[in-house]
Amino acid sequence: MTLQAIFFYLFGGITVASAVMVIAARNPVHSVLFLILAFVNAAGLFVLMGAEFLAMILIVVYVGAVAVLFLFVVMMLDVDFATLRRGVLSYLPIGGLIGAVLLVELLAIVGAYAIVPDVTKAIAAPIPPPNEIPNTQALGLVLYTHYVYFFQGAGIILLVAMIGAIVLTLQHKPNVRRQMIAEQVARHKASAIDIVKVKPGQGLP
Amino acid sequence: MIIGLGHYLSVAAIVFTLGVLGIFLNRKNVIIILMSIELILLSVNINLVAFSTFLGDIVGQVYALIVLTVAAAESAIGLAILVAYFRNRGSIAVEDIDLLKG
Repeated sequence: MTLQAIFFYLFGGITVASAVMVIAARNPVHSVLFLILAFVNAAGLFVLMGAEFLAMILIVVYVGAVAVLFLFVVMMLDVDFATLRRGVLSYLPIGGLIGAVLLVELLAIVGAYAIVPDVTKAIAAPIPPPNEIPNTQALGLVLYTHYVYFFQGAGIILLVAMIGAIVLTLQHKPNVRRQMIAEQVARHKASAIDIVKVKPGQGLP
Repeated sequence: MIIGLGHYLSVAAIVFTLGVLGIFLNRKNVIIILMSIELILLSVNINLVAFSTFLGDIVGQVYALIVLTVAAAESAIGLAILVAYFRNRGSIAVEDIDLLKG
């Protein structure tokens, strides 16, 4: 139990500290790297809670895809980030006030909540004991049966996002020659080759 | 020392507040704002998984998976809009995004 506490404070502390650095770093590349650190430590928290599959998905999706996408965009755009940071300190009092109020309210809720005793009657799909059915298998047993429409909806969301990102960023430059498959397929023998009868002894006119 | 539900909810609350604070402080930089939104969605995920494991209901993890999907789609679309906007205007400052004001 004390080992669990040590790792909880390790992962939780690094998550919070790197979240602070995400919004406080001067260089956006450093912000992205601290975002990666925050996500990896949140994955550690997920492992502590027993949700291994989500932890691995968090690392694969966020660190592997989203954070690299952020890094790519930050490095691709030629923006002077120093001018964008100007005025941060002028927003600090009001932002800090609102943040403090929000944090106090949220922590008050966390400190004072009580769970209804008969909540166990309302459980939709109980977690099986992890030494019999591992977390990934248990999640799959629920996700692909009762929640298969959610699964497919998630797939449609990703498809729409993919098409949207391609449509938004694809650009046709006017003087780049592209392959036109319809024209290639529509060629036939009569228009493609020209048979010329050449009499012997004479050249082509 | 038992680590309970309240500990995880506290971490999630702090990360959520930091995300909101990031939007307040860096209101000129769209990239930091998108990263703050990712932090907020991460804290939502921590909440969902914490409730899922401490109440013994695995459906919360299914919801966390959906939130993860939406977060990935949102950041992809947001960054694509950002790149397209930068190509048109040569700037990503938030106060320049006022074309609809006429």
